[in-house]
Amino acid sequence: MSEELYYKSASELSGLLEKGELSSVELTKVVIERTKAVEDRVGAFNSFDEADAISQAEASDGRRAAGEARGALDGIPVGIKDVLAVKGQPLTCSSKMLANFVSPYDATCIQNLKQAGAVLWGRLNMDEYAMGSSTENSATHVTSNPWNLDCVPGGSSGGSAAAVAAGQATVSLGSDTGGSIRQPASHCGVVGLKPTYGRVSRFGLAAFASSLDQVGPFGRSVKDVAMLLQTISGHDERDSTSYKSEVPDYLASLEAFKGKKWTLGLPKEYFESAADSTAMEPVRKAIDFYKSLGCEIKEVSLPHTEYAVATYYIIATAEASSNLARYDGIRYTHRAENFDAKDSVDIYCQSRAEGFGEEVKRRIILGTYVLSSGYYDAYYLKAQKVRTLIRNDFLKAFEEVDALLAPTSPFPAFKKGEKMEDPLSMYLSDIYTISANLAGIPGMSLPCGYSDGMPVGLQILGKPFKEQELLAVGQEFEAAHDFVNQHPDL
Amino acid sequence: MPETPHVDIDYVAKLARIDLSDEEKSKFSGQLESILGYIEKLNELDTDNVEPTAHPHPVENVWQEDLVSSELPVEEALKNAPAQRQNMIVVPKVVE
Amino acid sequence: MEYEATIGLEVHVQIKCESKIFTRCKAGFGYEPNTLVDPVIMGLPGALPVMNKKALDGIIKAGLALNCTIPDYCKWDRKNYFYPDSPNNYQITQYDKPICDGGFVEIELEGKSRNVMGEHKNIKLTRIHLENDVGKLNHFAEDSLVDYNRAGTSLMEIVSEPDMHSGAEAFAFLTAIRQTMVYCGISDCDMEKGQMRADANISVRPVGQKELGAKIELKNLNSITGVKNGIEYEIKRQTRELKKGNEIKQATWRWNADQGITEPMREKEDAHDYRYFPDPDLMPVRVDDEWRNRIRSEIPELPWDKQRRFMEEYELPYTITSVLVPDRELSEYFETAAKQAPKSAQAIGNYVVNNLLRELGEAGLSLAESKVQPEHLLSLVSVVEKRVITKNVANKDVFPEMFKSGETADEVIERKGLKSDIDSGQVEAWCREAIAENPNPVEDYKSGNEKAINSLKGQVMKKSRGKANPQEADEILRKLLS
Ligand SMILES: [Mg+2]
Ligand SMILES: [Zn+2]
Repeated sequence: MSEELYYKSASELSGLLEKGELSSVELTKVVIERTKAVEDRVGAFNSFDEADAISQAEASDGRRAAGEARGALDGIPVGIKDVLAVKGQPLTCSSKMLANFVSPYDATCIQNLKQAGAVLWGRLNMDEYAMGSSTENSATHVTSNPWNLDCVPGGSSGGSAAAVAAGQATVSLGSDTGGSIRQPASHCGVVGLKPTYGRVSRFGLAAFASSLDQVGPFGRSVKDVAMLLQTISGHDERDSTSYKSEVPDYLASLEAFKGKKWTLGLPKEYFESAADSTAMEPVRKAIDFYKSLGCEIKEVSLPHTEYAVATYYIIATAEASSNLARYDGIRYTHRAENFDAKDSVDIYCQSRAEGFGEEVKRRIILGTYVLSSGYYDAYYLKAQKVRTLIRNDFLKAFEEVDALLAPTSPFPAFKKGEKMEDPLSMYLSDIYTISANLAGIPGMSLPCGYSDGMPVGLQILGKPFKEQELLAVGQEFEAAHDFVNQHPDL
Repeated sequence: MPETPHVDIDYVAKLARIDLSDEEKSKFSGQLESILGYIEKLNELDTDNVEPTAHPHPVENVWQEDLVSSELPVEEALKNAPAQRQNMIVVPKVVE
Repeated sequence: MEYEATIGLEVHVQIKCESKIFTRCKAGFGYEPNTLVDPVIMGLPGALPVMNKKALDGIIKAGLALNCTIPDYCKWDRKNYFYPDSPNNYQITQYDKPICDGGFVEIELEGKSRNVMGEHKNIKLTRIHLENDVGKLNHFAEDSLVDYNRAGTSLMEIVSEPDMHSGAEAFAFLTAIRQTMVYCGISDCDMEKGQMRADANISVRPVGQKELGAKIELKNLNSITGVKNGIEYEIKRQTRELKKGNEIKQATWRWNADQGITEPMREKEDAHDYRYFPDPDLMPVRVDDEWRNRIRSEIPELPWDKQRRFMEEYELPYTITSVLVPDRELSEYFETAAKQAPKSAQAIGNYVVNNLLRELGEAGLSLAESKVQPEHLLSLVSVVEKRVITKNVANKDVFPEMFKSGETADEVIERKGLKSDIDSGQVEAWCREAIAENPNPVEDYKSGNEKAINSLKGQVMKKSRGKANPQEADEILRKLLS
């Protein structure tokens, strides 16, 4: 079995660990071997620390032997996007700016994982500072899509999605500001969930856009995603925007909701604009499946959808231009070798010119522009008001339906380099995912089929803090299909 | 919002403290103007009586009591510093 | 042509807190470089701010004490600018919704003489807002070193209207703010420790001209006298320029305390574009009446009110109150005694201001360390009133002993046998001798020269070797001469 161990689900592995049929060290070694076997082709990782992972695994086995196992994730290898702070580990955000940065502290979600006994495994590649939809904006290398090495894995959490798809991690953490979990999950044929804004602490997540960022789980099954979400969710005193409301038992509610006849909405604006998209066929089949289950399918309207991308790029870049000002060549980042010491600003200008990649510079410039004197009302304030309209669209729709079904991306994973030169069309490809971040609602993507051999994701959008309902809706589809056992051949 | 947005790329780059190459300048200003042009579609919407959304689930008065509970040893705080002396960060001499 | 100056002040005051304003990292002064830091203070990737409740209480207290209105709602904004002492390269401050609106500061100008109360007036405030302090740059020949210990300290910025016209008013303004802050326990306002810092906006215009002249922002005013001297110098300089027919360009200047001059720092041309926007990491603050009232109930009687009350209720002279009131502990010490013997309040005031403060000063002790407690003072007052001893003996012999030993007046008198043993009969005898021996003063007195009685009194005191009670001698002499 061990050659397939790396594709087993966290829930199954956790059972084996519990029964003593498997040790965390064995499992971790298998995952390390698998990682090394395919990494030269996939390139999901910026770095990994084998010795550290093994010692975490040994500690886990020790706890289990002493009868002190800490629950479902104890001993399970969890991949970490290189945007989350882990004490003593590199934190690069796939940027030259932080190429040599080692974090002196733990993010809250990382502390939660450590308390749960998880084995933190590697630093996963991403678009620099999470800015992108393809992981091509990484300063280290471009990650490949395990299903077709010529294609991108999506982004920005491309490494997190690819690693799980390729069996290089059992589950993983990513972050989602405009679709950065759901879109790569869709492109790599895995499950990815962006929680409600405020559900998971942002403390220790290197900020891109503070009012949109959320940390979330990747897994090869809905149940695995639920397990990981359980561990990282909850209020955190150190994040003023994290929400005070108790976290339900996600696994229990998966059971409780089985067979529920959901009322599901189809946002007509999404399907109109996606009519010609190659990714639509599997999505329509998925909708038919829910009909066949006896779920009520309703068309709903999100009238402000066409304004989402514009609104998003104002808010996200404005916040980013300020959030990334701390990467300045002074305290802990890359500092330019050569700068004019007589000119008090040149150390910044040169260090940032060298440390940031093109997309990051482009967004900082745009964000700086929209906030610059005279433009605040016209851009940022206006966008915040439109954001209210977009959020209200969803709240209104949720008066009629339990959740929304939609495509995750207009098209499956595209070829590397295909979209690099046209930022606007790249931005527009986030059309179906961006609104959930603006509205602060949860969203999940799960595999629902293929288009020319590449995976296609079904996106389920839910009510604020109702992740358990998304998971339940998703599980109905997953249980009736075999995508959990579909893996790329590497 | 200006009708035909023009980006003074030098001014913005200086504000952002990024030294852009001439190629970057011309490339970015073109791309930014097309993005800003696209963004103008927001003007189609009348938002006079709409409240802005800063936090999707607004809360107020989020604070902690004044008790010391967080620290970072100086060697940890400075271990990533590009240049340090006497446990302080070295920077070029700043006038003022 | 006559010119007049217009001055507005921006005063930064650190709020006394254990931890910093947006993280629970220790706040303090005089620690080893970069030992009061954490991920938030260093601006590390992923670090997030969380408000300090005590800093909010502190600024609301300051606002109420300075007559501001506290709006129901305020929020946090980012002021974006790059500077090595600012870890995030933005300052978290309050742009368009400060926590305190309007208000005014009552100030006292210098009186005609030390013992005459000066004119009081109210200086209008624009606002008071809360923000985080920055780190400290230490300059060397080749480079600068940054210490972030001070970064993130709770800082309130008190912004006045252009409502002052002289260095003296600015001086009085800062003094009044400092007294209020110290009275309320909000800050110690120690300028040497950077707990209070002031910048001034100064403009000069011909008297009668409506619009203000071009303003100079004057920085580096590191002491209250520095504020006075710097502003006065700058007013003279601008007036001189205008008289020469030169125009003043809006700019930032610096006070050079060593040379006692102001010097240009930077032109306003490179004025910053701060790109203010609401901080998405922090939630707004909503203040209700319950909160306002709770803070209001914690505000003590403020200095000017107390001074007016002391002068009225205890009939204290201005000079005494102007020593007692600025020191909250001293004024409370005084009043503890005065409450128990209101008729002797002036005598008590005198003992505190003259005897007690002198002895404390010479011994280098604080009021808290004084062995002489209010009840001891009361014992001294009463023995003098009962004429057990003379004022003279009280000052020369009894009080110094009380101060050393901590005994009551009666104990000192008992131990040292200072009780004046002369009865009135003896005093009257000395008076008769004095009258007999000094015909001239007697004549003068009878012919209406009141003062003449003093030389007779002097004779009586001499005969008694200082032991007679002057008042008693005075009364007997008048009786005999009438
Ligand atoms: Mg100011
Ligand atoms: Zn300030």
